Amino acid sequence: MDSYRDATDGTERAGGMSANETMLATVGIGDAGPAAEMVALRSNIFEMTAKAERAVLRPKETGRWSHPLRAALAARIANLNGVGDLAVRYAAEAGDFVGLANPASDGTAEGLGPVLAFMDKVAVNTRNVVAPGVSTLQDAGIADADIVRLSELNAFLAYQISVVTGLRLMTRCKP
Amino acid sequence: MRRVVRKFSRRVPEWRPRVVPVKLEEASEAQLEALSVTPSDTKVSDYVLTLAHDVESLRVRSPLFNAIMYDKGGMSRSEREIGAIGASMVNRCIYCAAVHAARHAQLENSTEIIDRLSLHGRAAALPNRDRAILDFAVALSEAPPKAGPEQMHALREAGLEEAEILDLILSTALFAWANRLMHVLGDPVRSDGGDA
Repeated sequence: MDSYRDATDGTERAGGMSANETMLATVGIGDAGPAAEMVALRSNIFEMTAKAERAVLRPKETGRWSHPLRAALAARIANLNGVGDLAVRYAAEAGDFVGLANPASDGTAEGLGPVLAFMDKVAVNTRNVVAPGVSTLQDAGIADADIVRLSELNAFLAYQISVVTGLRLMTRCKP
Repeated sequence: MRRVVRKFSRRVPEWRPRVVPVKLEEASEAQLEALSVTPSDTKVSDYVLTLAHDVESLRVRSPLFNAIMYDKGGMSRSEREIGAIGASMVNRCIYCAAVHAARHAQLENSTEIIDRLSLHGRAAALPNRDRAILDFAVALSEAPPKAGPEQMHALREAGLEEAEILDLILSTALFAWANRLMHVLGDPVRSDGGDA
């Protein structure tokens, strides 16, 4: 198997960059073919996207949100957006939190009710997020740094879902 | 008194955080590095200081942002700005919309398109190419996304090359991201009280 050196932390990682890039794998873009040639035009951007994914899903400094919980939240956001195959990829990393990937669960049992309400609204009703959305989390005892971490996770997923949707359209609706 | 701005325009407001930004004098070494603070340049916006709470994300996002919006080739810079504006209109991120409207006007050396968008929103009369670009950006930015074969076909009919479409997807998607930070973590405000 190929390996590459991760520029963010210098470690040697197994697998080619494309194999490690959730977005391209979800769309089904491999190392060859017309779609691969197309994304190769912006290979730097896809490499940086893979780094961003690691920074929000698997950071070294997790704050209050563990890696499995982050994966569950990512799967939930993908489900809310109807991107089931992306949700399945993240749900596989969600461990004990996998139930939260289902948007019907409200997180009360896990003590995450306000967090899930916030994440759902930011994900699919962004325009109507107002100041009380943030103060509700602060009132629930969540530190500002952890609110920023939640927002970054949510924001990255929105980007990833948009790119997956757009690339799918490009490859399915051939010119 | 500073009031929250609710109307889209190319007048860039101030941004008031809803959380407490990192204090520069208390920032860790990793935060200072990600903030690119040097002894001769210590000016950092409240927005960036807010994002410094999650230093790993901040470190990777800035170069990605610059590559998507400014790398050479593919779609023109001003058309990438329309992708950014389309996303920001959907998510009602007044701050992002204003910054990128102003940038579009500057790049085009004309305020005509932006003034039409300010006045009439998505229904503004636009040249064919801008129309297809804005419609695609708006549809892609809805959650769940509403972009489909119709919008993709319109882009190609309007003469966009594949590389340009890829850049439009990326610039629109980037603002799905940026809007969820800017609009969620703070408010656009103006001290002259105007609601425009």
